[in-house]
Amino acid sequence: MRFVLRGREPRWLAAAAAGLAVVATLALTAGPIRLAGAAPVSAFERYVVSPLSTGNGIAEVLLAATPLLFTGLAVAIAFRVGYYNIGAEGQFLVGAMATTAVALALPDLPAAAALPLGLVGGALGGVAWAFLPAFLRRRAGIDEVVTTLLLNPVAVLLLQGMLNGPWRNPDTGFPDSATFGVGYRLPELFGSRVHAGLLVGLVLVAVTAVVMSATPLGVRLRAAGQSPAAAEFSGVPVGLLQWRSALVSGGLAGLGGASQVLGVQHQLTGSLAAGYGYTGVVVATLGGLSAVGVLAVALLLGDVQVGAQGASIALQLPSQMGGVLTSVLLLTVVAALSVRHYRLVRRTPRSPRPVEG
Amino acid sequence: MDFPVVAVLAATLTIATPLVFGALGALLGERTGVLNLGIEGTLYAGAFIGFLVAARTGSLALATLAAVVAGALAGALMALLAVTLGVNQHVAGIGITLLLVAACDFTNRQLFGGGQQTVTEKFGRLFAGGGIVAQYPMTFVAFLVLAPAVWWVLRSTGAGLRLTAVGENPEAADTAGISVARTRWTALVVGGALMGLGGSFLTLSVLGTFTLDIVSGRGWICIALVIFGRWKVVPVVLGALLFGLFDALQLQLAITPAFGSIPNELLIALPYLVVIAALAVRGRGVRYPGAYLTAYRRA
Repeated sequence: MRFVLRGREPRWLAAAAAGLAVVATLALTAGPIRLAGAAPVSAFERYVVSPLSTGNGIAEVLLAATPLLFTGLAVAIAFRVGYYNIGAEGQFLVGAMATTAVALALPDLPAAAALPLGLVGGALGGVAWAFLPAFLRRRAGIDEVVTTLLLNPVAVLLLQGMLNGPWRNPDTGFPDSATFGVGYRLPELFGSRVHAGLLVGLVLVAVTAVVMSATPLGVRLRAAGQSPAAAEFSGVPVGLLQWRSALVSGGLAGLGGASQVLGVQHQLTGSLAAGYGYTGVVVATLGGLSAVGVLAVALLLGDVQVGAQGASIALQLPSQMGGVLTSVLLLTVVAALSVRHYRLVRRTPRSPRPVEG
Repeated sequence: MDFPVVAVLAATLTIATPLVFGALGALLGERTGVLNLGIEGTLYAGAFIGFLVAARTGSLALATLAAVVAGALAGALMALLAVTLGVNQHVAGIGITLLLVAACDFTNRQLFGGGQQTVTEKFGRLFAGGGIVAQYPMTFVAFLVLAPAVWWVLRSTGAGLRLTAVGENPEAADTAGISVARTRWTALVVGGALMGLGGSFLTLSVLGTFTLDIVSGRGWICIALVIFGRWKVVPVVLGALLFGLFDALQLQLAITPAFGSIPNELLIALPYLVVIAALAVRGRGVRYPGAYLTAYRRA
């Protein structure tokens, strides 16, 4: 048996491959769930269906999806032009820290000034953290994968250092920042914990979708990612586009950090280092690096995340199973989408069989 | 102030040990053209599985073996995705890291959640009281056995030459009768086993227990060391020692009263920043293996 490249690819194949990947994901995770003492079917129902069955649950899903929208979009924009920014985690955290710096320095600003300032501060923080790897790539040709990755643990350390040092809560003595002034609260929506950060994310999704699909810039960006040599030859400044996308990517991730502290926490805590940036890689990849895809996958993963919390309470199934499910889904989907380009044929016999008679 | 030179140098060797295992494991894969970003998760899995088996059986030999097997399986998963199926290597590697970290955390929570920290047997130091050479057995293995062995295999054996040939020019290697897929599979499985072994050093030699931040980016350090060392064994090992030295220095500074006012986290971040700076200086104009990041299919 061996793989042979398909000549033509039927239209239904990609959808069938993705469906197969979902089935495979359920099959692969059923074993561990059963070992942990829960019934797989009711667990899957908890993960996917239960959160969507109440209004409050849906609000929690939207809330969980909000940061993933930003980090997913950040990763997708960079990957699209062939710049492998795997540092959204660090950029998200530094964005949140920059917002915190603004909020603690100017605590009494009214919302009309505080929110724009906080959001812009967060975006600039993300850009700042993305700057060094992008600069090293552009000026010295140094691989951005490893530098963006290395800056993630450094950002976590910076966060812990600030919380244990200058920003330690003056009232409680805990390693959390003081609560922000009232001006620094993103308005809440639908009478729930969902906040205006979601709207900012949705606007960015729409803008990205339009730029990518309906402008000359979008064409150049896609060309730069798909075949850099050909793009360069036809006059597309690939290096320049990658440099700019890298900074925009950092800005988006930083904005996600800002939205999280302004919308949910209203203070900086160590729990912010929860892997939103790494999950952004999953969101961007499963979303096919398209803005609409990012939106869909962010909602799906938000759903699973809320479901995992519910399952840990209802079924005593540790919530880390949510992370297992998403990463298995990522691997099965990329595997299935890759396999679909090939068909399996039986190995041709080495020598023709002798004709009888 | 007396500066404890011997203690710092001894700590340098200990800290560098898991990096030597991890970075040489990564180097094997990369020499065949496959970048395995699953390394962070593989170190984590090696650390956790080693701890788990030690806690359940009390046997350090079994625990070490289990960590090696876990690492080899992680390498095999990377090979299945990146070599056989031709998935994007960055995505496959990050996915494996996320999967292994989540799976270990899940199991850890399920088996050891609540209650007090489980502590296991751990390897003792050989030549205790011997200054710099008072080290865990795995440190001797890393520097005196593994590094020379990988150096010799890559330089002087048919297997080593095939590895490099596949990484530089898979078409030519294939034409010469070398199986590209088999070579890459072997390199990734053996490399994964080394990463698993390196991870188990953190639990079975150093700590005797498992913590969630036990690896904290050491995998990414290994990937950086391979580029820093330009895919050659000796400079990669020297790079690991350089990181070890800075990490040992920051640990020493942290307990030196004169430097007590510097935040601890800043000191911990120092060796990471040193690695980035080293890359910025030495990473200019490096020549990557010819088939780096590219899947191979016969035309």
